[in-house]
Amino acid sequence: MLTYILRRLGAGLLLLAVVTMVTFAIFYVVPRWAGRTTEQLATMYVGRAPTPEAIQATIERLGLDQPIAVQFGEFVRGIFFGAQYRFGGETIECAAPCFGYSFQTYQEVFPEILARLPVTASLALGAGIIWLVGGIAVGVVSAVWKGSLFDRLAMAVALAGVSLPIFFTGLLALAFLVHSWGLFGTPGYVPFTQDPFGWVQGLLLPWLTLAFLHAAMYARQTRAGMLEALNEDYIRTARAKGLSERKVVLKHALRPTLTPIVTIFGLDLGLVLGGAVLTEQVFSLNGIGRYAVQAITQSDLPVILGVTLFGAFFIVICNLIVDLVYPLIDPRVRIHD
Amino acid sequence: MSESAPADTVVRVDDLRVTFPTMDGDVHAVKGLSFEVPAGGALGIVGESGSGKSVTSMALMGLHRGTRAEITGGIEVVGNDVVAASDKRLRQMRGNDIAMVFQDPMQSLHPQYTIGDQLIEALRVHRSQVSRSGARERAIESLERVGIPEPAKRINSYPHEFSGGMRQRVLIAMGLMCDPKVLLADEPTTALDVTVQAQILDLLDELRRDLNMGLILVSHDLAVVAGSVDEVVVMRHGRAVERGDVRDVLSRPEHPYTRALLDAVPRVEVSRAQRRAQDRADRAERADKEGGGEAPRPATEGIEESTGGASAFQAFVPAEEGGGKGEPLLRVNDLAQSFKVRGGMWGRSSDFWAVKDVGFELYQGETLGIVGESGSGKSTLSRMIMRLLEPTAGTVEFQGRDITHLPERHLRPLRKQIQMVFQNPYSSLNPRLTIGESIGTALKVQGERDGKKIRTRVQSLLERVGLEPHHYNRFPHAFSGGQRQRVAIARALILKPKLIICDEPVSALDVSTQDQVLRLLSELQDDFGLTYIFVAHDLAVVRQVSDRVAVMRKGEVVEMGDSDSIYEAPRSDYTKQLLTAAPVLDPDEARRLRAERVRQRAAG
Repeated sequence: MLTYILRRLGAGLLLLAVVTMVTFAIFYVVPRWAGRTTEQLATMYVGRAPTPEAIQATIERLGLDQPIAVQFGEFVRGIFFGAQYRFGGETIECAAPCFGYSFQTYQEVFPEILARLPVTASLALGAGIIWLVGGIAVGVVSAVWKGSLFDRLAMAVALAGVSLPIFFTGLLALAFLVHSWGLFGTPGYVPFTQDPFGWVQGLLLPWLTLAFLHAAMYARQTRAGMLEALNEDYIRTARAKGLSERKVVLKHALRPTLTPIVTIFGLDLGLVLGGAVLTEQVFSLNGIGRYAVQAITQSDLPVILGVTLFGAFFIVICNLIVDLVYPLIDPRVRIHD
Repeated sequence: MSESAPADTVVRVDDLRVTFPTMDGDVHAVKGLSFEVPAGGALGIVGESGSGKSVTSMALMGLHRGTRAEITGGIEVVGNDVVAASDKRLRQMRGNDIAMVFQDPMQSLHPQYTIGDQLIEALRVHRSQVSRSGARERAIESLERVGIPEPAKRINSYPHEFSGGMRQRVLIAMGLMCDPKVLLADEPTTALDVTVQAQILDLLDELRRDLNMGLILVSHDLAVVAGSVDEVVVMRHGRAVERGDVRDVLSRPEHPYTRALLDAVPRVEVSRAQRRAQDRADRAERADKEGGGEAPRPATEGIEESTGGASAFQAFVPAEEGGGKGEPLLRVNDLAQSFKVRGGMWGRSSDFWAVKDVGFELYQGETLGIVGESGSGKSTLSRMIMRLLEPTAGTVEFQGRDITHLPERHLRPLRKQIQMVFQNPYSSLNPRLTIGESIGTALKVQGERDGKKIRTRVQSLLERVGLEPHHYNRFPHAFSGGQRQRVAIARALILKPKLIICDEPVSALDVSTQDQVLRLLSELQDDFGLTYIFVAHDLAVVRQVSDRVAVMRKGEVVEMGDSDSIYEAPRSDYTKQLLTAAPVLDPDEARRLRAERVRQRAAG
């Protein structure tokens, strides 16, 4: 078991290193292949209307004329030991986990991401719980009452949920539920520590919108898994023991169904934690996703790079957690190597 | 029917009818079945798949509730009217008054709960007043009762940590948790090896006597029930064609179907020579009836036509009886295969020898039978001969050529000489290819481009294995198990191989289908001079098809020789043990063997 954990941890770290390398290459190497000169690259790091001197200064400051390996080394060194940028006369300090520095907003990337993390995390966790519980519940009921009106209705709604993008459902919800009918307050973020009630109130609609999309998938997956499980021989054994149908369904059939669901939940949650781009944008929540959108519209490379790495980090972490939880759910995975 | 007092009868089935409404009209799975089981008595229900025996056992448990099945007639189990009882009443009955043991122990336990949890649950659902620790003790007792070693430790294990036989014991232990009056075992040993099968049957018999429990044993194999029941019901197409005392039914069967069924059971005392003579005589008779043609009909015509003459088979049709003349077709020397097994906390790996130092020679037209239980290395051995696995040590020589480490490129032309027929006809045919495509693919792989030629060859071969040429475009799901195995045989034959390795070719089939497939294999051997390696765990089957037999255990050949001498005068203890485990049709002989097994076990 210990080796299993260590191996998984090692694999996770390795994966992060590879992601860093690939992301770095996308932003620093690929543009050169596409024929960008060092000067053009440097332009992206300077403010608007740069002078040739400013560009030259940027090239030197960022070391853009250095070999790519050196640049990557510097970047990685920055993550562990921090970095300094000479800027005009002064030196800019980018503290230890330095994932870059935005020369458009004159801010370090990492603290900016951290500042927005509570918003995104609140959104992701709240929505995650709703879609997980809601999706599974609907899926179980649908499977047990297969072919009933509920089943057909639920699956039709689920199909709609999977097909409709958030900028559609979200805007629709805003228009009707908030503005026309006033069922929900205007979405927004209030820190939980300040006002737990306001936190829920402000995030409820974004949660539901984001959860709708995912719950639909989970409901379909659960239903399919349950139908398969209910046909297994061990379900017949459970019935032959004299167990009630409720126990047969909730104890014996649900558990094997949950195994694959936990896996996709880990992936989905990691993805959303790295920035629920559309949801944050639609509901004007100032989270990591929105930060990324701003950076992309402004071609703010260091921020894009930082946010991408951060997103990858969450996916790797969530997967790692799933890998570690998995043997608890399915004893057959409890290998002894 | 005898008018016994209700207290003495634990199961009474009266004119049971089970009907499944389908789109194409009603399917009558059971049509008027009646039987009784007295307290502590044992009843065997025997029939082929589709005879309605499993439907009957499901109906006894009331497990048809919630499905489309319509049940009429009377089912009374320990005073419960199963047909009319409320769902709640039925649940109180299941597991408490009547417990069921299912066919496939691998699938019948929940993979994600410990066996302890599953046993405890079985008790506490009916006895909620028993504490968890009390239930746990009871579970340990029950596991001990069915012969699980170290039950106090093993109770925390998961099903996948047990072998098939052990899982079946766990299922039986689960059935015993509430001291039921009746144990219903539906094909409890079909998925198990002979020796394990004998152990499980012995256990059921012992439990029945010690606990005075009624036993209903459902099986497709008369030999399985022979030694374990007092009364037997033979079912066919949903009806009981014969019912009576087991001795009477087996020694003086009245119904022709029972007689046919008895004839189909492979008997361990019938030798290869007898069987072959019988098969050939039957064939000749059939050929005569069909009007003309000398027998055996050389059925190579279709194949020769399409290749335009010189068939690889012609040289040796008819085959000479398995003799040791000339160069052997296959020579295996000190063959061994090891696998790395990881173990321990730090992943130290050790070598596990699946096959060790196996050597033999096999001549043209001969059949070598390999018997052994699962895990004995017989499948690994056949894979090495097929060169699906590269041997760790030793050599395989085919037609005098060393193919042990031949690279795949050079191996490919040789592949058509050695073909294989697999155990499970359901999963060894691609469900998305028509059987014609499945069979014809091999020809394409070997370079045949002419689609028409392939088609005619496949069709003539289909005819040869007892199917119809117009089956070409059908998909595997349209065929029964026996027909699928015929398809698999055709697929192996299409390349005109010299050697066919049959890996448990009949173990998934009913006895009568089994008999037909064995006949086919024997006819094909006569016609094409085929050489077989016949791998199986059924001793009787192996004896009837093999000239020589190798008995394998834990990767080694413990005994090898001429099949009659192995069966009549076994030298190794293991072979003796296997032979006493083989099910026999004579109830008295079965009881004698059971006593013999008990003695062997006591002796260690």
